Amino acid sequence: MKDKTKKYSLFAGFIVILLLLISLPSYASSYRVIFVTNILMYVILTLSWVIFSGPTGYISLATAAFFGIGVYTSAVLSGTLSLPFVILIGALASFCLAFVVGSLTLRLRGMYFTMFTFALVQLISNFAHWYEVNVTGTVGRLVISLDSTIIYYSILVVFCLVLLASYFIKRSKFGLALQSIGESEEAAAHSGINVTLVKVTTFAISAFFMGAVGAVMTMRWTYVDPPTAFDIRLSFMPLLMAIFGGMGNLFSPIIGSSIFAYLEEILTTKFPYYYMLLFGGAMLLVIVFMPHGIEGVFRKFQKNNKQESAKKT
Amino acid sequence: MFVKFLDIVIGSLLMGGIYALIAVGFSLQYGVARVLNVAHGEFLMLGAFAAWSLFTLGGINPILSLVLCAPVFFMIGFLIHITLFRRLKISAESLAVFEGNSMLASFGLMFIVQNLALIIWGAPVKGYSYLAYPISFLGAVFSANRIVTLITSIIISVVFYLFLARTRTGKAIRAAAQDPVAAAHMGVSINKMLALCFGFGTMMAGLAGLLVSMTSIMVTPFMGMEYTLIAMIVVVLGGLGNIKGSFIGGFILGLVGTIVSYIQPGLSMVAFYLIFLLLLLVKPAGILAK
Repeated sequence: MKDKTKKYSLFAGFIVILLLLISLPSYASSYRVIFVTNILMYVILTLSWVIFSGPTGYISLATAAFFGIGVYTSAVLSGTLSLPFVILIGALASFCLAFVVGSLTLRLRGMYFTMFTFALVQLISNFAHWYEVNVTGTVGRLVISLDSTIIYYSILVVFCLVLLASYFIKRSKFGLALQSIGESEEAAAHSGINVTLVKVTTFAISAFFMGAVGAVMTMRWTYVDPPTAFDIRLSFMPLLMAIFGGMGNLFSPIIGSSIFAYLEEILTTKFPYYYMLLFGGAMLLVIVFMPHGIEGVFRKFQKNNKQESAKKT
Repeated sequence: MFVKFLDIVIGSLLMGGIYALIAVGFSLQYGVARVLNVAHGEFLMLGAFAAWSLFTLGGINPILSLVLCAPVFFMIGFLIHITLFRRLKISAESLAVFEGNSMLASFGLMFIVQNLALIIWGAPVKGYSYLAYPISFLGAVFSANRIVTLITSIIISVVFYLFLARTRTGKAIRAAAQDPVAAAHMGVSINKMLALCFGFGTMMAGLAGLLVSMTSIMVTPFMGMEYTLIAMIVVVLGGLGNIKGSFIGGFILGLVGTIVSYIQPGLSMVAFYLIFLLLLLVKPAGILAK
């Protein structure tokens, strides 16, 4: 009974937040709207990263690659198609790349996989740069930028979609399969799960949303080139935010990434020169002192409370 | 034709020497201390800046700086292991968790070192010229400083190899790499050995940086990442943790890099990644694996 009321109140709280977000452009300045857009971008990237890496434990550093593919697709198509199609094609391009890359590399375990995904970003970025210089003879592309409200609503739609996707994946048989792969890959294979297919599909789904975000966020720039599109920081941010929040349930990564992205936006404007230094320091502190994130700290606190109340009685 | 061929062979040897030195340090840190140190290239960058500062401000010969900087870099690595990675090792439940966490921590370290360098030295590229006169050998021409870097990096690698193979401490390090639990039972102080290895690895990265800076390359706070990636590729080529393999792998990658940049200059990094990809798929245990 108690669980059910808790569930309903959570759901109601979520609806309220969503309504606040939808009506945001009517009461907030355009600066605030852009601010929230940036935070939502990180929340989406983190959530889609957690879809794959959360349950399976494979640490992927390819986020920037999929984001960048979305950016480039959308930059190439900008002005020729309507926005929803551009986003969809950008997302599908990332999906396809992730499917190919995943089927090649997801046999690799642990460190090897991480190293590979890390190198993938550099490979694509270097190749794009070489291609532009030698084949098309340009560096970068001009983009037709869009109104910040349109970008905001597109991001909000992607956010809702990624939230629904993570919720349903978590609840489904598919999510259970992922979890068992994370626990023990051999055992999962023996109990009849097509391990490779499940891994590759999930990897591609998570890349789908990363590509979609990339395609939307392109519209806020007027010009993109490989270093801005394939910014390696975007590979680390989602991972760090997910660790900071915890990955046990759907809310922890959202909370973690919102807080972190908020701090990031403040820090980049206040200390532009020391920002990356602070970022590195934060990364070390989080890993050393909060390996299970806010969620872990919270749970420890709860546990201590329970133990103390047990002692008293 | 013959001169071209000779150019490629000598060029690849010269590049390979540096790559081998970087990779041996990286391999040591991963193979024994189990830290996939992504900040490896950043210590190389620090080494390059140290050489530049000592040369332009103090007028100190880069070869003398090698001797001066080696203990400093060793201490930096040693202290980082004691303060950061040892703590992570104690709190991690399993080796896999430790490997993941220590890699992430080294990414944090990478950002910190890179941006400290940016604050101290600034973004504009630095460079100096040392022994930059040409030497011609059977028609192939290259500068004298590159010979110095090749010989020095081979000497450092060989001395270190002998240290591992012949001395008591070297034996203890090898034991710690093979089986930490059994080694601890035999009275090897594991924590000390791991910190030693991490220190040696950092020292090699720093020395490689000093050597790289001699070859009139542009020194910037962002030069490290490229070398970290090269180290990773070489180490996978030679087998993770295999020090002899890393040494040989360095020269192989030097050869490939020289050939590719001869044919299509912009693509040498892309070629490296492709080799990396193929290796991971076909022979993830390295070329020397049985």
